[in-house]
Amino acid sequence: MTAVDTLEAPPPPEASAPKEEQPYVDPRKPRRTGLKLLGVLIVWLVLFFSLKNKMTKAMGIQDTTELHRKLNDARDWVQLHGGDNWFFGSVLGTIGDFSNWVVQQLQKLISIPAFPRPTPEIGWLGVVALVAWITYVLAGLRSTILVTISMLLFGVFGLWPDSMDLLIVTIVSVVICIIIGLPIGIGMARNKTTSTVITPILDIMQTMPPFCYLAPMALFFGIGPSAAVVLTIIYALPPIVRITEHAIKSVSPTTIEAARSMGLTKMQMLRQVQLPMARRTIVVGINQCTMAALSMATIAALVNGPGLGKPVVAALQIENVGAASVAGLAIVLMAIMLDRTTTAASERAASGQSQVASTSGMGVMLAGVALERLPRWATEEAGRGQHLPRLTRSGRALVMGVLLIPVVFCLWLSRLQLDYAIFPNVDNTPVLKWISGANLTNAINDFTNWLIDHIDTFTIGLKNDVTTWLINPLQNLLAESPWWVMALVLLAVAYVLGGWRPLIPTVICEAVIYGTGLWNDAMVTLAMTLLATALVMLLAVWLGVTMGRSRQADVVIRPVLDAFQVIPPFVYLVPALALFQPSRFTAIVAAVAYAFPIATKLVADGIRGVAPTTVEAARASGSTRRQMILKVQLPMARESLVLATNQGLLYVLSMVVIGGMVGGGSLGYIVVSGFSQQQLFGKGLAAGVAIAALGVMLDRIARYAAARAGR
Amino acid sequence: MGRGSARTRLVALAAVVGLGLTACGGGNISDTKTTSGGTSCGDLRIAVNPWTGYVSNAHVIGQIAKEKLGCNVTYPDVKEEVGWQGMASGDIDTIVENWGHADLVKKYIDEQKSVEDAGLTGNEGLIGWFVPQWMADKYPDILDWHNLNKYASMFKTSESGGQGQLLDGDPSYVTNDEALVKNLHLNYKVVVGGSEAALLTSFKSAEKNKTPLLAYFYTPQWYAEVDGASTPGVKDPIQIAHVKLPKWTPGCDDDAAKVACDYPPYHLNKLISTKFADSGSPAVALIKNFNWTNEDQNTVSSYIGQDGMSPDDAAQKWIDANPDKVAAWLKGTGVS
Repeated sequence: MTAVDTLEAPPPPEASAPKEEQPYVDPRKPRRTGLKLLGVLIVWLVLFFSLKNKMTKAMGIQDTTELHRKLNDARDWVQLHGGDNWFFGSVLGTIGDFSNWVVQQLQKLISIPAFPRPTPEIGWLGVVALVAWITYVLAGLRSTILVTISMLLFGVFGLWPDSMDLLIVTIVSVVICIIIGLPIGIGMARNKTTSTVITPILDIMQTMPPFCYLAPMALFFGIGPSAAVVLTIIYALPPIVRITEHAIKSVSPTTIEAARSMGLTKMQMLRQVQLPMARRTIVVGINQCTMAALSMATIAALVNGPGLGKPVVAALQIENVGAASVAGLAIVLMAIMLDRTTTAASERAASGQSQVASTSGMGVMLAGVALERLPRWATEEAGRGQHLPRLTRSGRALVMGVLLIPVVFCLWLSRLQLDYAIFPNVDNTPVLKWISGANLTNAINDFTNWLIDHIDTFTIGLKNDVTTWLINPLQNLLAESPWWVMALVLLAVAYVLGGWRPLIPTVICEAVIYGTGLWNDAMVTLAMTLLATALVMLLAVWLGVTMGRSRQADVVIRPVLDAFQVIPPFVYLVPALALFQPSRFTAIVAAVAYAFPIATKLVADGIRGVAPTTVEAARASGSTRRQMILKVQLPMARESLVLATNQGLLYVLSMVVIGGMVGGGSLGYIVVSGFSQQQLFGKGLAAGVAIAALGVMLDRIARYAAARAGR
Repeated sequence: MGRGSARTRLVALAAVVGLGLTACGGGNISDTKTTSGGTSCGDLRIAVNPWTGYVSNAHVIGQIAKEKLGCNVTYPDVKEEVGWQGMASGDIDTIVENWGHADLVKKYIDEQKSVEDAGLTGNEGLIGWFVPQWMADKYPDILDWHNLNKYASMFKTSESGGQGQLLDGDPSYVTNDEALVKNLHLNYKVVVGGSEAALLTSFKSAEKNKTPLLAYFYTPQWYAEVDGASTPGVKDPIQIAHVKLPKWTPGCDDDAAKVACDYPPYHLNKLISTKFADSGSPAVALIKNFNWTNEDQNTVSSYIGQDGMSPDDAAQKWIDANPDKVAAWLKGTGVS
């Protein structure tokens, strides 16, 4: 049982190792990758020391190139004449106004006062009852309990309106993603050309940090809900398209053949065979899409998008880690609630199949989508085994109908009574006051201050040592080598690791980075990315092996990983700053905190996937624990390790911009500046493109390396 | 299934009972008044920039507009440049604390005429370089920029590559620091922390651990005691001292690349979009009239930053305590 399904994986290596590519090499002969890499390193070092600091393409932060200034001019033109232009004024303007209108109507319904009423149309009690009912119909009892508790906690935290806003923006974005994404995904599955054209676009959408298109979106759609919705869609669309394509493609060919032999037309085939059979996986796609949409909450707040991102950003301004954490916690709750509900719904869509859950998480910038299996205890059907519905279809409808009565009662009550309309403040309510927003905020602040007071001398020392011995040497090597040396080194590494196939993407990406005029900054970013990824893998292997070998460890560690995947990274920036000062190391720490959960889960899955017979055999032949891990389990899980590295790399890269806000500098900082200073708009945009190019390049190299490792 | 639905009903019942407990004695909505105010004000969208002093201005104006004028007030969170852009495109009505921005003034006020100056806020802004007070006490001559190179090695960090570190703030803040370091021949490197939070955290930790720090900062700043000034009522204020750069003279900072003088004294002002100014909203007069002192702003900011009050509550507390000032601002709005 392999526990990880990779979609979009490169073609199976056995089939694609044609003789003409490596004519004189016996595929079974050891490749001596390590030796070749050492050779590359030696040549590189020689060139580095002889040509140090020449032709590095370094550039000051305020310096701009022709390209950057042209982009600025384009921005000025849109600002001045956009309103009169048919595309910017009419098309984008209408889309913007329409989505603003939709969001506002929904807000009046559940989150903001619907003038002249002092409250929204439906108060909190009505919303909770309605949502609980919908969850029960779609998912089941466990999910309903979970959802109800989460919704009540939003109120107890004092974040009810913001939570509802986030729910609205997420749902509007996801609905639009489904409307756009399903047809595209289906088209890609049925037509190879469509797939070839769209896949690279999806790659770019997923590797480009959202920060990069923040400024253009604010320009095109104005600041407010519409820009937030568009941002969210750009980020959340790729997973649903990819998974839909995968779902349709993986309908068994024998079934298709059987259907075809019965004379079904193409349309009938789609509607009666492919879609029903792919339904369950498509729901997983919707789940992925929802998680990606939620992860945009804090970033959307920067263009005045409504939702829980706003209290996070506001709290950080006044350095209130506690308040930011409580809002972050609410986002986590929202994610868990939507994740488990859509997962339960997908189980319902086809019960009896294996339980696959999504990799939830903030930066679903996976170029290939990795699906992760949930352990059994986390699913709706946990421990209950199969059971058939006891009610007929009409009986079920009747029960649901009867359950509507209390829902309608609650709705009515919430329109009538102020306390059921606006969530009461629970700061002085017995018991509940312990988990009120204010109390949690203080507790978290006290703990953070205590922690910082006690360990900051140690952590700053650690930062200095790591910077001197690791970051600086690596960065110097990459950023002070002439640009063409670096370009050749990257090509050589790509060839040694992945063979001929990653060479063309690598050359294209290098050309793009060179074209942005930010080569030197890209190399600084690359150095930090590589270092952070190495740390991520160290942590992931250690934790992943523990989890893979022990169920108890899994039960304890997995929820922590889940929380780390969903909590907005902004939340831990302030404590990280206090512990490590604004520095590149802080940026690396933030990236590691963000990327280690996904890598750990993939490693754990790999270890668990090693055949029990193999493990048993090794044990019988007297392997020690250490031998078992190093000689049996890790080598057998090699494929998962490479996949984990790939995902770790991409996640780390998606944190580059956030790293730029805590002293990471280079590309990330340029992106942030581009958003803040008008004369750097173009440069920031170019830096975003450079980050995307870096991401695509690393991803291609890692993917083909993974394909080889699988041999 | 049957068992399941019975359980659900139980859950629903329990929820309703629970609610009854948390919310005793609810008022009937039809009894409660909606916001008062006779004039039709409509929407008022006040941009909120990322620092606490700004939030105080915005919410005091907003709270008065809401309570007295009956405006429907919203607070879009944006950075400074985006706020200007928003006024030009009609997404934002006003910015209530503007720090200079000569380039934007030229572009939006002089050329596009989409934004208008709405008068001073009364706050005097100071931007400059600061060190923690303990350093000023121990090395008094550090407050003169001529001596900065002498101390450069003290400010060395892992990020500054052998030079002294000058820590900067949010990239959207007004800054000439790169040019200053170059033109004053200082052996320093500008390292960017990224936000107000990063600056505050750094000053706090420098004060606590008695470590050296040279950083960009600005006042009014409720949190900070500058050059020994006191901030009554603030718990653990950070104590900082201002480093004097070559004196500012009009025009010395015109060429951004050649700046070699201190930041000018900022007379902070308010801006409104032309569209909003012509709308006839009573809030226009309120915004133009608004004028208060640094102490006023710091008071509200400390309610927010230290006492953890919501910006609206903090603003209301100040409004209730200062009816005279509020009454003066309401002149010309048709409401008293």
